[in-house]
Amino acid sequence: MFHIPTLEELNLIGALPAIALATWAVILLVIDLFIPKDRKQTTAWLALGGIVFAFAANLLVFNNNSDAFSGLYRADAFTGMLNIVILGAAALGVLLSMDYLKRAGIERGEFYALLLLSVVGMMFMAGANDLIVVFVALELLSIPLYVLTAFRAPELKSEEAGLKYFILGAFSSAFFVYGAALIYGATGTTQLNGVFDAIGMALSGEGQALALLLLGSGLVLVGLGFKVAVVPFHAWTPDVYEGAPTPLTAFMSVGSKTAGFAALLRIMVVGLPTLMVQMTDVTAAWQTTVWLIAAATLILGNFVALAQTNIKRLLAYSSIAHAGYILMAVAAAGTTGVADMAVQSALIYLLAYMFTNIGAFAVALAIEKDDGTGTDLKDFIGLSRSRPVLALMMAVFMLSLTGIPLTGGFIGKFFVFRATLEAGLVPLAIIGVLTSVVSAFYYIRVVVNMYLTDGAGDPAVGATARVNWATYIAFAGTLLIGVLPVLVTALSDRVVLSALIP
Amino acid sequence: MDATGFSLITLVLFLPMVGFTILMFMREEQASQIRWTALGVSIVTFVASLLLWAGFDSSQPGLQMVQRWDWLPTYGISYYVGIDGLSLLLVILTTFIMPLAILSSFRAHVLHERGREKLYYMFMMLLEWAMIGVFVVQDLMIFYIFWEITLVPMYFLIGIWGAEKRVYAAVKFFLYTMAGSILMLLAILYVGLQAGTFALPEIIANVQNGTLVFPGDGLFSTQSFLFLGFLIAFAIKVPIWPLHSWLPDAHVQAPTAGSVILAGVLLKMGTYGIVRFCLPMFPDASVQWAPIIATLAVIGIIYGAWVSYAQQDVKKLVAYSSVSHLGFVVLGIFALNAQGLSGATLQMVNHGLSTGGLFLLVGMLYERRHTKDINAYGGIWKVMPLLGGISLFVTLSSMGLPGLNGFIGEFTILMGTFGSDVLGFFFALFATLGVILAAVYMLYMFQKVFMGEVTKPENENLEPLHWQEIAVMIPLIIAILWIGLQPAPFFQTMDASVNALVTHVQEHFPTVAQLP
Repeated sequence: MFHIPTLEELNLIGALPAIALATWAVILLVIDLFIPKDRKQTTAWLALGGIVFAFAANLLVFNNNSDAFSGLYRADAFTGMLNIVILGAAALGVLLSMDYLKRAGIERGEFYALLLLSVVGMMFMAGANDLIVVFVALELLSIPLYVLTAFRAPELKSEEAGLKYFILGAFSSAFFVYGAALIYGATGTTQLNGVFDAIGMALSGEGQALALLLLGSGLVLVGLGFKVAVVPFHAWTPDVYEGAPTPLTAFMSVGSKTAGFAALLRIMVVGLPTLMVQMTDVTAAWQTTVWLIAAATLILGNFVALAQTNIKRLLAYSSIAHAGYILMAVAAAGTTGVADMAVQSALIYLLAYMFTNIGAFAVALAIEKDDGTGTDLKDFIGLSRSRPVLALMMAVFMLSLTGIPLTGGFIGKFFVFRATLEAGLVPLAIIGVLTSVVSAFYYIRVVVNMYLTDGAGDPAVGATARVNWATYIAFAGTLLIGVLPVLVTALSDRVVLSALIP
Repeated sequence: MDATGFSLITLVLFLPMVGFTILMFMREEQASQIRWTALGVSIVTFVASLLLWAGFDSSQPGLQMVQRWDWLPTYGISYYVGIDGLSLLLVILTTFIMPLAILSSFRAHVLHERGREKLYYMFMMLLEWAMIGVFVVQDLMIFYIFWEITLVPMYFLIGIWGAEKRVYAAVKFFLYTMAGSILMLLAILYVGLQAGTFALPEIIANVQNGTLVFPGDGLFSTQSFLFLGFLIAFAIKVPIWPLHSWLPDAHVQAPTAGSVILAGVLLKMGTYGIVRFCLPMFPDASVQWAPIIATLAVIGIIYGAWVSYAQQDVKKLVAYSSVSHLGFVVLGIFALNAQGLSGATLQMVNHGLSTGGLFLLVGMLYERRHTKDINAYGGIWKVMPLLGGISLFVTLSSMGLPGLNGFIGEFTILMGTFGSDVLGFFFALFATLGVILAAVYMLYMFQKVFMGEVTKPENENLEPLHWQEIAVMIPLIIAILWIGLQPAPFFQTMDASVNALVTHVQEHFPTVAQLP
């Protein structure tokens, strides 16, 4: 009865980067047993090697444009570009971790293996073309992160963060899975192309299917909304970001957001673009909801960030705000004909955000003391005198997060606003630009402390060679995207998710 | 017009960045070399910009020395530079003011006190690059990039080397101007999406031949909203009353060179933007909104003059006078005729020279006495006759004495306003009131500072002018006299461009449109 697929049908080559990294993560777990306690850096280098290999493999299959696992996994430019973001974040995260774990006294080999597993989860999420795969990938990316968040245990803040993340994460998975079940109920399939095909028929039938689909897509939105931290599902973010080890915060602030948005975009654009209340509508039924969530996220994230005094918490709220900007693109994708433009803008935003945000966390990590303190905004006072290069890079990261031109952040905002306007969501675009003025206020405060306030200046003990390298890479990436955005659009222009839509 | 070759404009534009790069690799201890390098680069840039003028054909109304390179080809964004009569004068104003601002910083007390001279001159170079960029770029997106970039160095110049409340002033400056310009970004994106390109000449051509239509019926049409999206950004920069409140803070707190650049060039970016973008892209809205904006401009003229008169802080007095003077420029622009527009353009240059000069002079006084309180002075002429003489000259220029530059600009603007189809007699009348008030507050300031007996013992032994200070003022004096006595070459440079623009806008006058 069961047809056993052949290797050709599985087309494993399409998913090669993720499969290779998964294998390597498991092998690394074993290898690590034989690496003596005082030489755990070796594990880190091996993990980095795996990431670099996966990165190269990803470039090889970038133009593959095929289905793997009989259509459960889609290897297209969308997956390829997201993998670049995820693997970039992972590589920088490992570079930041090496010396940090040592000085924080938590250097254990499983950190890297767990990190790799989480990366694999993210990569599968980027390529997932089936609700079940999305769910499995979601769990694979989340569970290692729960453990890693609590990696500073027995320190109270870290334990609290881990537990909080775990409980809320479990809730969000439940929401997601229930939503997926309802979509399955309405369409009879979990495969996204199948959902798309079935949706027209389901909607033209009796009224129940519409209700199931609306509820289902709403619950999927809630589940993934937790992962990407949008209002009102954001409450875990500041505590988790503050309590987790800083390199992990840097990695997951980008990685899990990227994976969450990948799934959200794929489900909404491939599966549910024609979910419309009236057949005559030009916008998908979920657009208004996403739009409202985006607006609320932008407003709350940016205004609450104003009140923060700790850089990690500030960046946590800023990451909520940035989720709002990316969600603007998701909302724009709901208008017929704008989907691809919107998806591309979200990818560009994520890539720029990856460099900028990890860079900002890297500087925060550099001035952090060994016991995890010293990340208050006032610790930045005088940094431009004690560490001029570090301060300059931090200033550029802050300007990029604000969206000042010649930085990656501006390019990201430019494309997102463009898509939003094209989709006709003018009020949302206006909220977006006005809240970025608000954001200027708190990002500028970091610059004020570094440059305009006189003080002794932090020696930045954490700025070891590897941390510096990670910061340089992030800095170069931020500026390069800002000055030559054509490098990014050359990749993003290939991304076509809506090919199936008639 | 599609030129892919190299243009002299690119050279002028990127010379400051060359300076920036050289300075980056110098060491903080080489203070003297750093200063002279910055000055040298800015002078070379000025000379190069004179070559632009030499190669400029003033009979051509369109863009010249065009260069266009793709930046984001699939999205219709290109590095697109070119100059016409309007931008040429402002480019030269920029490159002319910069060496003076840099030279005036050599002896600035605050630089020696707070140090970081390398950073200071690097920001100066970055600022010059961005300002020239604003004036030469013909692509909306790239324009926006340069426009926003000017914020960053100016923010640091005010914030690091400013007076006591510098942080407040710097942050206010940054947020206030960013708030305005970010709405412009949306308007730019909208225009770009509608037009399919961000190249300004193509957009204007399409507006002219009717292939690109922004519905412009009434004060609250699509075109009006786009017009306002641009105008608010520019109005904050100018500043047009009531959006001026950042200006006194920024001016008073900025170091002398910062104030000079702020008044001399940065404010002109606003008025230039109105002329370059608002008028040709949104002619209907410009015509409809002209009386409203002109009313605000006249209010600004009188308000600025009135508030200036009440100031006890010399720098604040000059700052508010800028609100008044820029009101004239805006009034001239929205007269929407050739006289008004050419007067306004010349007045932009004039204000840069006169007010820039005033800030330099106030700076010289401040270096000696470390106060900006008008009552701390008095009888300075007796102690420093040379400074007094120069100050009298610049003050007279600023209040529009015939024979000097200010008179030419203001007179042409008033003539234009008087003969304007959209404004008319009353606007000219109230604006003339502003000219009289200017004489009042300017002479009041001059009298309080320079005339009478020396009442304060601290003022008795002031250090005479250093040769560098004299060297800063001489070019300004020459320029003020030159424009005052021989304005024809300046008008000639811009005439063709102004006429082309005015003809385009006047086609959208209601009466003309109704003709068969």
